[in-house]
Amino acid sequence: MKINIFKNVILSALFLTVFNIGFASETKEAGDDEKFDPKEMIMHHVKDAHEFHIIDWNGKPISLSLPIILWTDNGLITFMSSEFHHDDAGQEVVEKNGDKFVKFHEKIYQLNDGASTATFDDEYHVTNASKPLDFSITRNVFMMWVSVAVLLLIFIGSARSYKKSKNGVPTGIAAFTEPLVVFVRDEIARPMIGEHKYKRYMPYLLTVFFFIWINNIFGLIPIINGANLSGNIAFTFVLALFTFIITTVSGNKNYWKHIFWMPGVPVPIKIFLIPIELIGVFTKPISLMIRLFANITAGHIIILALMSLIFIFKTWTVAPISVAFSLFITVIEIVVTAIQAYIFTILSALYFGMATEEEH
Amino acid sequence: MTITGIAAIGAGLAAIGAGIGIGKIGGSAMEAMARQPEMHGKIQSSALILAAFVEAVALFGVVVALLQG
Repeated sequence: MKINIFKNVILSALFLTVFNIGFASETKEAGDDEKFDPKEMIMHHVKDAHEFHIIDWNGKPISLSLPIILWTDNGLITFMSSEFHHDDAGQEVVEKNGDKFVKFHEKIYQLNDGASTATFDDEYHVTNASKPLDFSITRNVFMMWVSVAVLLLIFIGSARSYKKSKNGVPTGIAAFTEPLVVFVRDEIARPMIGEHKYKRYMPYLLTVFFFIWINNIFGLIPIINGANLSGNIAFTFVLALFTFIITTVSGNKNYWKHIFWMPGVPVPIKIFLIPIELIGVFTKPISLMIRLFANITAGHIIILALMSLIFIFKTWTVAPISVAFSLFITVIEIVVTAIQAYIFTILSALYFGMATEEEH
Repeated sequence: MTITGIAAIGAGLAAIGAGIGIGKIGGSAMEAMARQPEMHGKIQSSALILAAFVEAVALFGVVVALLQG
């Protein structure tokens, strides 16, 4: 048994090292000829992009181009991001319906009438262009659809297996999902919301838990250039907004009373507490948003920063240390993927429980 | 000193605060678990939640430092 565990650890370490080499190959392309800039490489990785860049092979980028959908003054304009030829410095001009577009730092700009190239000021802002409304299928949107498809496959599969089994014993993929669902029910929903009301909130809690978890995991796979979806503030903002809306809508008389006119407190303190409690209503979802965003982004930045050490020092002697450290951080990050999903879910459940608590 | 340098110092200070906070939570949780092993699960989950609250404050500092840096 002990040998088995040891073997498993070694095998997973090897497996993860291959992943880390994936990160390294991503790092290398930036440092080939010009001076290597770790900040730019890390920011490029962490931010959203208009193409799915996989790897550089013999100096040529291998990537999946994604559709760009723009709403301009002349209506809807669509084209593939491959028309920019991997240009991100605003040099390549794409002309559609008489409008000219450039891509600069992963933002699409529409050049003003008469301009043929983009011009920049000292701080690298585009001066002669405006931003059209951008509804593009970016890397993050694409990854979100992939994770939705994977979740649908997993859960439709487990629902089917319950239909097939005669005595309700889970088989196949359901044997994997049932303990997790039971965990969310017994460890998160029941103790936090209460025995009588938890069932109403189970669908939301389960959705949030699995959605965040699977997106955190997808973010750690470097071969697909780790689309950093759960480290995107817009993504976490929407999830936190859902929690905020559900908490506010399901808040009962008791909940609002505790915010606006706390029982058992002297009147001057009541007046003093109202603004504090009112701010608290909004800071709870905001802290949910920032916590998930910052945790996942920080993890990505640390792994990439350790990898860039090799290219900063320009010697292979740093490589073993830097690979070992980033392997260590990757293992921690794998734990963090689950912990952050758990924390987001349990705090949402806690807020729902506070909103629905009866007077006692 | 540039604003980036000050931002870096701020991020470091946030990390120190979070380190002290999470260290205290972890230490007390360990102590409590050693005293009452049967409460192991409950103590662990509440320690995790509390660590998340402490960490969130540190991460606010990191985010502000990132925006400045």
